Amino acid sequence: MIMIERLRNVALWIDERLYISRIYAATAGHTVPRSSSSWFYVFGSGTLLCFLVQIVTGICLALVYQPTAGQAYTSLEYLNYQQQLGWFLRAMHNWGSNFMVAIMLLHLAQVFLFGAFKYPRELTWISGVVLLLCTLGMAFTGQVLRFDQDAYWGLGIGAAMAGRVPVLGPAIVHMMLGGPIIAGATLSRFFTLHVFVIPGTILAIVSMHLRLVLTKGINEYPVPGKPVVKETYIEDYEAGLKKEGVPFFPKAISKDLVFSGLVLMGIVFCAAYFGPAGPHGVPDPGQINTAPKPDFFFLWLYAVLSLMPDYLETVLMLTVPFIVIIVLFAVPFISNTGEKSPRRRPIAVLSVLGIFAVLASFNYLGTFAPWSPKMDSWTSTTLPANYLEGRAPLERQGAVVFHSKQCINCHSVGGAGGLRGPALDGVATRLTSDQLVRQVIQGSGNMPAYGKNLSPAEVAAVVSFMQTLHKPSEAPARDATLARK
Amino acid sequence: MAVRELDTQVKTTPGVLHKELPRRAFLLKLGFLLNGIAGVFVGVPVLGYLFSSFRTTGPFKSWVPLGPITSFPENKTSLAKYQNPNTRPWDGQTTDIPCWVRRMEGEKFQIFAINCTHLGCPVRWFEQSHLFMCPCHGGAFYENGSHASGPPPRGLYEYKYKIENGQLWIEGGQLPTLSQPV
Repeated sequence: MIMIERLRNVALWIDERLYISRIYAATAGHTVPRSSSSWFYVFGSGTLLCFLVQIVTGICLALVYQPTAGQAYTSLEYLNYQQQLGWFLRAMHNWGSNFMVAIMLLHLAQVFLFGAFKYPRELTWISGVVLLLCTLGMAFTGQVLRFDQDAYWGLGIGAAMAGRVPVLGPAIVHMMLGGPIIAGATLSRFFTLHVFVIPGTILAIVSMHLRLVLTKGINEYPVPGKPVVKETYIEDYEAGLKKEGVPFFPKAISKDLVFSGLVLMGIVFCAAYFGPAGPHGVPDPGQINTAPKPDFFFLWLYAVLSLMPDYLETVLMLTVPFIVIIVLFAVPFISNTGEKSPRRRPIAVLSVLGIFAVLASFNYLGTFAPWSPKMDSWTSTTLPANYLEGRAPLERQGAVVFHSKQCINCHSVGGAGGLRGPALDGVATRLTSDQLVRQVIQGSGNMPAYGKNLSPAEVAAVVSFMQTLHKPSEAPARDATLARK
Repeated sequence: MAVRELDTQVKTTPGVLHKELPRRAFLLKLGFLLNGIAGVFVGVPVLGYLFSSFRTTGPFKSWVPLGPITSFPENKTSLAKYQNPNTRPWDGQTTDIPCWVRRMEGEKFQIFAINCTHLGCPVRWFEQSHLFMCPCHGGAFYENGSHASGPPPRGLYEYKYKIENGQLWIEGGQLPTLSQPV
């Protein structure tokens, strides 16, 4: 008993100097609306938890990682195979970032749908948008630190986009690469951004974000038909707190805690099961047999860049990101008051569903990239036997030309081959032999002209093979005038 | 007057700084001024250091050797590497920059940057179909580098070259982009 009494006195002595109990009362113990203790309100703390995981695992990785172009790759391999539990820390860092981006997007959607950006929480939303941008910045710079072929060519893609900026393009490219070309200086600056600049910014903005949650209060669970009115909102909110507010700890935190535990276990499980990501291939620019692809957070961008019409590309590339960012920042001012409940905001709900559907479809397309030629199809793909059975020698030779001249890298036959151009099953019913010859020789916007690259005999062979590509039940296309004769 | 009282007075009475405490007001102004000047002395070098790479004029491009011309057979296109002329010891493998060398007949060459003109991915040469194809978004180029199909807005970037004492040299060292081709 005396012992406990003494400990108590020590604690009180410390508290008298550090005011810990006051800090506690103003933070963890602050009053929140009872309605905010909801499963919908767990994503913010979930994101913060992921960020903490990133800090811890990031510091651990920095103990081994070498931020130089010459040694980064080797140090990653060392982490994967030599350093005790290095693979696991790398995997945790990778999955921590995946979870962080995903949960942050859920948080964004939730606060948007619940009207949390409205008066008086405009700055909470704006600081959140800055945090979103910082997190995406972390995702991109982190991908570069995994200094492999994808990172090297990813930088090239970033530079190619920046290089399209009028007038300032070259200067921006130099600034981004730390010189005229991708080299050691490039990795050093991405390391500095990823380890010092952006995390520092995130810590500062997170403090502001949390401070705003304390000063302006957490958004109450929206009730349909109870719009935000500027004149009365704060009074009503505070009255509500007095009437049925609960202390955040221990009353409202329980669901956050459960969710946080699940998130942590999710990260650990994924890290242990799937392992670390890469590195994929030595960052030797001379190894050109590579098809660079971004991580999943940027797959949609990869898809968008591939599918945009050529003539709009530069304009869209340089304006759309800024328009999106400006719109995000403007959200609380576009709709500052009024209904908060998603039940009364159909446009908001549809926008969120629409945006997520679009991003998901682009990401889905990005995973198998139908716009990319399959660079090794001409050596690795086999034709189904029935495409060759009973064919004349010329037709069979055409099949050989179809492979050896890399036609199959872009066109599929019998389900094998590239998806860049149209599949050629049934092409004989769409084009006559003359049209096929013209198409092969002259090409078109999306197909190179093979006139100079194929001998007349090869053209004849490949066209005769094309003419066999139709179902037995369907007649090949014939020129109308010839048909009448 | 005790210091504390003075302090409270300074904080609470509007205008007191200027009227009643000229020395304190002077010190405050001096303090701002000194820190402002010092800030310039600190800030200018830091910003100058940070933004030094914003400069795009400089000796970035130099003539670099690709090897003897005899190593490039006529009427063939082959992959070659040159060493980045601005390399630093810690650049590792990123020092070796690849390019496509097309030798027509005699001493006529075309040397293409590896980077696709669409978004900079490495284009691959296909000897059989005489095409360069890009693995990223399907751009294709003819053997003379001109645009064949797909999204690229122009033909392949071409390096300047010269031949000296049987050696092939190109002017390299800069990542080609649309606004600063080679």
